[in-house]
Amino acid sequence: MTLTDLTIAGASALLASREISAVELTAAHNDAVAALNPRLNAYITATPEQAQEQAKAADAAIAAGTGTPLTGIPLAIKDLFCTAGIRTTAASKILDPFIPPYESTVTAQLKAAGAVFLGKANLDEFAMGSSNITSGYGPVENPWKREGSDAKLVPGGSSGGSAAAVAARIAMGATGTDTGGSIRQPAAFTGLAGIKPTYGRCSRYGIIAFASSLDQAGPLARTVEDCAILLQVMSGFDLRDSTSAERPVPDFRAAIARGVKGLKIGIPAEYRMDGISPEIDALWQKGIGWLREEGAIIQEISLPHTKYGLPVYYIVAPAEASSNLARYDGVRFGARVDGEDLIDMYERTRAAGFGAEVKRRIMIGTYVLSAGYYDAYYLKAQKIRALILRDFTDAFAKVDAILTPTAPSAAFGIGEKMDDPVTMYLNDVFTVPANLAGIPAMSVPAGLSSEGLPLGLQIIGRHFDEETVFAVSAAIERAADFTTKPAIIAGGA
Amino acid sequence: MSLDSAAIRRIAKLARIRVDDSEVATLQTELNAILGYVEQLNEVDVAGIEPLSGGAQMTMRLRADSCTDGDIAEQILANAPDRIGDFFAVPKVVE
Repeated sequence: MTLTDLTIAGASALLASREISAVELTAAHNDAVAALNPRLNAYITATPEQAQEQAKAADAAIAAGTGTPLTGIPLAIKDLFCTAGIRTTAASKILDPFIPPYESTVTAQLKAAGAVFLGKANLDEFAMGSSNITSGYGPVENPWKREGSDAKLVPGGSSGGSAAAVAARIAMGATGTDTGGSIRQPAAFTGLAGIKPTYGRCSRYGIIAFASSLDQAGPLARTVEDCAILLQVMSGFDLRDSTSAERPVPDFRAAIARGVKGLKIGIPAEYRMDGISPEIDALWQKGIGWLREEGAIIQEISLPHTKYGLPVYYIVAPAEASSNLARYDGVRFGARVDGEDLIDMYERTRAAGFGAEVKRRIMIGTYVLSAGYYDAYYLKAQKIRALILRDFTDAFAKVDAILTPTAPSAAFGIGEKMDDPVTMYLNDVFTVPANLAGIPAMSVPAGLSSEGLPLGLQIIGRHFDEETVFAVSAAIERAADFTTKPAIIAGGA
Repeated sequence: MSLDSAAIRRIAKLARIRVDDSEVATLQTELNAILGYVEQLNEVDVAGIEPLSGGAQMTMRLRADSCTDGDIAEQILANAPDRIGDFFAVPKVVE
């Protein structure tokens, strides 16, 4: 038995029956991190000593009969979640010296459930990107390779370190955040399952803000069930987040076994876009066939404003980012570059601390919010955002869930799609609408490209109906039977 | 609508980001590419549509106007780039 190859559900059962200990499970993962991280760069900060301490506490809890399904499970934490006493960078040099004095709600809940934190996972700077190339701490390498090629591929982004770590078996699961696809697209690029829950399901307290009306935390893991186990603990009402949903958290794991018999699944015509790769279209058709065989009713639907999702996003997200990132001024925390006066200090601090993509987005956001342009850009985008939500509301009057591809292509090479910012933005064309509408969406691995790279399908559900999303995702997972492993993996392929 | 170099400098000033002369042309090309891409929103008729500002399907909650936290000056100042006693220190603002 290779400990790093276990699922969370599998390891949890072995821990509960005392066949393995949390200390040995964590040690195996710490060793794997030490062996593979220098190459993959999936973690910005590894915390092996903390992990060992937590593992000892986990073994004690299991012995005392107070274990949970996550007790002793080693996880990667996206370095956007504040962790008390552990450096938290958001992959930005401007936060290089930042050690949070407090803990995010999501990580506090995971800790309380007995989870073990292996380290802080790399990401695009401030979660702005779809490739992990914008990280101030270097790009992450995707553990997957094209057949017959050793070219380095991106793991997707922004939760690329989380995705690479789980795919390479140097974490059993990971936290991510998703503002426009940052959990789902990297999950698709690395052969993982990943869910962005409904906006408000997970507290945003202590998660470094990018675009507050879109940001949601969620898990990445190797199975749909493992995602359900993680999301169960990450979810729940929190007084410290004013947009946190005050409603009960259902049993996500139980929803996995529901099946899809009689469920109505919508297929949106507008997602058949120009430029979608034929093999992704073919995989989508396969997914439709699987669900039909399982007894689902397939229905064509229309989401007429789909193509405006991405341009709306690239106004709304930078606008919110320009406001959220105003706090990085070299005064209260983070790095400072001295200047001739206060304004000069602000300007030099921000010029040195932010990378190119973050600067671009702050400037676009500043512009679309500035006097004279607010109505033409920001207000207009918010109105079209309302139309995108209405499209989904209309669709969900007829269907229970929607099936689409997750991304328009498989993972691409490090250095590709860098010609201009918009080329990179197109990665998120299928994922952004769910963020704008605030609805849950999950990516599940469904097959391989002709080059041997994983491809994902996306399941979108109604507000607060993650259960149906899990039920449909699990049906796709069972039918796809995706068992291929990446080229770079703990213990060797 | 296209941004000229003066507009780039003005936006950078508003955003409090120092931009060197050598960076202006690149930023101009990139920001204009993004603005060119979002131009397509002009074709959508939004007459009578209320803007949607948030993802939450709820009205904002009110909380009691009471103090829930405090006496943590050391924690708050622990990350300060510069401090004098219990204050954040910045370059002189008033001569």
